[in-house]
Amino acid sequence: MASATLLKSSFLPRKTEWLNTARPNTNKSSAVVFSVRASSYEDELVKTAKTVASPGRGILAMDESNATCGKRLASIGLENTEANRQAYRTLLVTPPDLGNYISGAILFEETLYQSTTDGKKIVDVLVEQKIVPGIKVDKGLVPLAGSNDESWCQGLDGLASRCAAYYQQGARFAKWRTVVSIPNGPSALAVKEAAWGLARYAAIAQDNGLVPIVEPEILLDGNHGIERTFEVAQKVWAEVFFYMAENNVLFEGILLKPSMVTPGAECEEKATPEQVAEYTLKLLKRRIPPAVPGIMFLSGGQSEVEATLNLNAMNQSPNPWHISFSYARALQNTCLKTWGGRPENVKAAQDALLLRAKANSLAQLGKYSGEGESAEAKKGMFVKNWSY
Amino acid sequence: MSAFIGKYAEELIKTAKYIATPGKGILAADESTGTIGKRLASINVENIESNRQALRQLLFTTPEALTYLSGVILFEETLYQKTTDGKPFVDVLLENNVIPGIKVDKGVVELAGTNGETTTQGFDSLGSRCQQYYKAGARFAKWRAVLKIGVIEPSALAIEENARGLARYAMICQENGLVPIVEPEVLTDGNHDVKKCAAVTEVVLAAVYKALNDHHVLLEGTLLKPNMVTPGSDSPKVAAEVIAEYTVTALRRTVPPAVPGIVFLSGGQSEEEATQNLNAMNKLEVLKPWTLSFSFGRALQQSTIKKWCGKTENVPAAQQAFLARCKANSKATLGKYIGGEGGDAAASESLHVKGYKY
Repeated sequence: MASATLLKSSFLPRKTEWLNTARPNTNKSSAVVFSVRASSYEDELVKTAKTVASPGRGILAMDESNATCGKRLASIGLENTEANRQAYRTLLVTPPDLGNYISGAILFEETLYQSTTDGKKIVDVLVEQKIVPGIKVDKGLVPLAGSNDESWCQGLDGLASRCAAYYQQGARFAKWRTVVSIPNGPSALAVKEAAWGLARYAAIAQDNGLVPIVEPEILLDGNHGIERTFEVAQKVWAEVFFYMAENNVLFEGILLKPSMVTPGAECEEKATPEQVAEYTLKLLKRRIPPAVPGIMFLSGGQSEVEATLNLNAMNQSPNPWHISFSYARALQNTCLKTWGGRPENVKAAQDALLLRAKANSLAQLGKYSGEGESAEAKKGMFVKNWSY
Repeated sequence: MSAFIGKYAEELIKTAKYIATPGKGILAADESTGTIGKRLASINVENIESNRQALRQLLFTTPEALTYLSGVILFEETLYQKTTDGKPFVDVLLENNVIPGIKVDKGVVELAGTNGETTTQGFDSLGSRCQQYYKAGARFAKWRAVLKIGVIEPSALAIEENARGLARYAMICQENGLVPIVEPEVLTDGNHDVKKCAAVTEVVLAAVYKALNDHHVLLEGTLLKPNMVTPGSDSPKVAAEVIAEYTVTALRRTVPPAVPGIVFLSGGQSEEEATQNLNAMNKLEVLKPWTLSFSFGRALQQSTIKKWCGKTENVPAAQQAFLARCKANSKATLGKYIGGEGGDAAASESLHVKGYKY
């Protein structure tokens, strides 16, 4: 007998019921106020998260900042102009039936307010394609003072009003990418800051109607083995979830964007997809509460095919979440190269994108077979000290 | 910080998984000498060793009952006791595929500067005690941490202290071959509603798992013994389905899938209530990656003790009562219990005692 009301917000306590009763009127120290989760958006957050985490679908990450997009365009000999960025993003969002494989697209701010070359709002195109528009809300990485040359992620100032404005514009999920570097430690400080920043962002995003994608990327850089990545990942995720709990984040209304557990890029010992799957699943089982609806892996420099194979290996047996993809380079690489900036190549480029999207869709279902992949798709895309 | 993989890792994982077998649960028979004295007093039976032995023998030799149990928690005295035929209790259990467990904490003491909040004692020589218990046949342990709900409770101090205590205990157990049952009990005492209990339970469990992870505890080799999420004892009752939803939601938000099983404490609920609530939880159609079962003391033994009254001629009837409750709760772990099957009026009697001290 199904309980139709399970996890409906109808029984999630509302803030106003709480804060009055919980506040003590004594001077006693260290009172713990049992505040409640989420906000007036809780139903919508849960629904959006579930929609993005639907079977056979994943996220197209196309939120490259202007500077980073510039690098992509430069690699095919194009100038970094708004028109070129617009042309490229138009190409990415208009392939027919892309929504069969893609449930969400992360945009950069410029793109959220842009139109296609045909004059249609990109956000509207996405919604028509049944793709939920998302928005990058962080303001990039800067050096972390007092650390071992590590970074932290900025963007909390004015985040609430930015999120509210993005919601008005049609965004329904957000993304914030922070990084952790194994060759640099990571120091306890860097890990704590990464986790706390994510937790604060997540709470603010939910308060303003956006499902936060929580992304602590453990960088591929380094020559460490898979065991070391596993160790660091366990620490990072323990901190992330604890701080999110302290910030009263509603776990049914978030998505995760972790890095897979792999050896460092310069490690001599490579790992098979089965090994990556084994370690990554073990990590998830030890750290991720089942309430989280979706885990959308980043590709972080893996080749297109590697990223698909690893995802497929992870989906060979049932798990409590929806394990999928949120790929940028691993979806766009061949597409970009095929386009080369020429209008006559748009169809072929879109076919290339659909090919990768379909492959990853199959991988989400554990049904990818790997036949017919091109050499380009197998090329690794790791760049040392990659900065977005 | 990876989990610690010591020499017992494989055995711990195997044991924890076995205890979490669907259809089975735990009999908490680890009442200290003082506490069992209260039980015996309630039926006018003297608190002497032979009577304590007689009660436990009654329970462990109930025909068929052991098929519904995967583990029994014992008090130290009982670990070394025998049947009247001279067979060690541990052997009786093992022969019936029931794993002996052992209470290893030494009770609670007040945290000075708080409003009667407590921490749990028992760290001194815990390592070597665990080793001895392992030699005697125990393969899991239990340590009860207690938190209460009040205007400003549980305090951050109480949460942190009890979480840390549980983590340290768990680690020492795993180093010495015992699967730690992690028990952060949030007492029902109070007039709060079910939502407050849910909020507190979630905060406590988040802190507990953070501490376990910080201490490198191997989650696959542990079990959780939480309270169910219910209204306070002074508040109006709610339906089993409501308790089930709040409880499972709280667990889904805090307990990683690596934990194989969750074995609820009954905490003063009547035998029937506890079974109904457990059943409702297992009927919920939502993904639960751990099993949901029982680790009941009073809620398995209450009717049995009342029927026994210390008299040998009452043993068969008392054993019938015990078997009925074991069967009922076994069904509840499968979501197959139909109310009222497991007993009579005594089964519906509330077992709540205000300010209950073990």
